[in-house]
Amino acid sequence: MAMTASQKILAAHAGLDQVSPGQLVKAKVDLVLGNDITSPVALAAYREAGFGKVFDPERIALVMDHFTPNKDIKAAEQCREVRLFAREQGIKHFYDVGEMGVEHALLPEKGLAAPGELIIGADSHTCTYGALNAFSTGVGSTDMAAGMAKGIAWFKVPAALRFTLTGSLGRWVSGKDVILHIIGMIGVDGALYRSMEFTGPGVAALGIDDRLCVANMAIEAGAKNGIFPADSVTRAYLRGRVSRAWTETDADAGAEYERDCTIDLSAVRPTVAAPHLPGNAVTLDGIPEAPIDQVVIGSCTNGRISDLRIAAEVLKGRKAAKDVRVVIIPATQLIYRQAIDEGLVGIFLDAGCAVSTPTCGPCLGGHMGILAKGERAVATTNRNFVGRMGHPESEVYLASPAVAAASAVLGRVGSPEEL
Amino acid sequence: MRAIKYGDNVDTDVIIPARYLNMSAPEDLKAHCMEDLDRDFPEKVRGGAIVVGGANFGCGSSREHAPLALKASGVAAVVAGSFARIFYRNAINIGLTIIESPEASAGISDGDDVEVTDGAVRNNTTGAVYPAPPFPQFIKDVIGAGGLLAALKAEG
Repeated sequence: MAMTASQKILAAHAGLDQVSPGQLVKAKVDLVLGNDITSPVALAAYREAGFGKVFDPERIALVMDHFTPNKDIKAAEQCREVRLFAREQGIKHFYDVGEMGVEHALLPEKGLAAPGELIIGADSHTCTYGALNAFSTGVGSTDMAAGMAKGIAWFKVPAALRFTLTGSLGRWVSGKDVILHIIGMIGVDGALYRSMEFTGPGVAALGIDDRLCVANMAIEAGAKNGIFPADSVTRAYLRGRVSRAWTETDADAGAEYERDCTIDLSAVRPTVAAPHLPGNAVTLDGIPEAPIDQVVIGSCTNGRISDLRIAAEVLKGRKAAKDVRVVIIPATQLIYRQAIDEGLVGIFLDAGCAVSTPTCGPCLGGHMGILAKGERAVATTNRNFVGRMGHPESEVYLASPAVAAASAVLGRVGSPEEL
Repeated sequence: MRAIKYGDNVDTDVIIPARYLNMSAPEDLKAHCMEDLDRDFPEKVRGGAIVVGGANFGCGSSREHAPLALKASGVAAVVAGSFARIFYRNAINIGLTIIESPEASAGISDGDDVEVTDGAVRNNTTGAVYPAPPFPQFIKDVIGAGGLLAALKAEG
């Protein structure tokens, strides 16, 4: 039977010639990821189970990114616990303040994800690496503990939805608008338990940062994973980052998809997700006047260099509106350095923005930009659930870096075209 | 047991807000379980309860703190129309009973007297019985062993 790209990667790692949707398989994983929030729970389970050495200290990544630089004593204690474990176990890919980044921006940058690989992470946005043709998916802390001990995980083989991309993106339109448009179309559980496979001639026109953004939010449609084919754009990104052999994996001709959608990229308009679900997608002309208090540009979804370049293009020579606090967070140390070298940070500072060291911070209401009761933010992050960025009566509009930067200047949810 | 009913898309950010993820002990998480969704949850759950959700229960973050917080609060089982997949596997892995049944989800009202026994959800208030779909053998083994790590240990 013909298989999807996701099924082929699972089959290869389960040592099977063939898998079919619904089948439960145990598969070898290439990498196990955890962060400062999920790892402590995994370490408690790991110790309670009496596991000794990890299966492979070079195939585990521990990234201290959520509440770092530590926001309080409890967060500091949690990081310390992970740091000690990393030392004790000789974990090669342990990233702490000074060399860390938001995990899903950092791992691709460090060459820790490649085509055909199977990656699990105790963070729901682990699906990001599908942009590089890997099968990667979020799991919980117990799965992470099992993965660290044995190098395996259990999976229910997913059925899939196929998104055929055509055309190319218009001015001020990005991967973020595409994925918000898709989630709006299929709903926050529209891909539940399933793979989202992206294909078609439009893929070639999407840069790697846009693909990472699209794959990152597959979970927001309930998907197990999102995956792109590997092409010359992928190979150019991997060059100099990944030296091991990889296996580019395409779906078989005739693979079955439960649903087939064609997305004409040239028809996608700047789109935001209104509170309180990522599926509340609306194009900007459909938004009532919505004054804002804060803008956040960053996160595993949109804290990459091309995101910052777009934000700088909008903010150059302009000022953030009075009473709007703008927090810009380059997702990794390397991106931070690039943003300085390219003069982007200067543009942000001149515009009245705060520029932070890498952290997940405000995205999940951790620190570095928490909303008060009744406040409203535009954020390039990935979730706008009740209380996500602070007070349960605050609101978050999810948007692209272009829209977020324009909103910062306008003082309300708005488009760069209005400037 | 008392049913506590919620709607669709109950996300893990409302089950346990991220501002409390600087802690991971179940007892600490319990103190804040559901507080952004239902201030009366601690009162309702006292003495044990069954949480009933609509579609896509547990969506969002992968935080295992969410099923841990529910379990520590005394939630005996979660019945929902559908579950977000990470929550689903987390619940199985830590031994929190979950039942996917759109019929039960629709047929149970807040405050009904509900029990989960012998592979079925029984609504003692209405008399309705909803068979729970059986788990595949592998998952039965995990549940039987008391969670994923216990099952892995048993395998050697």
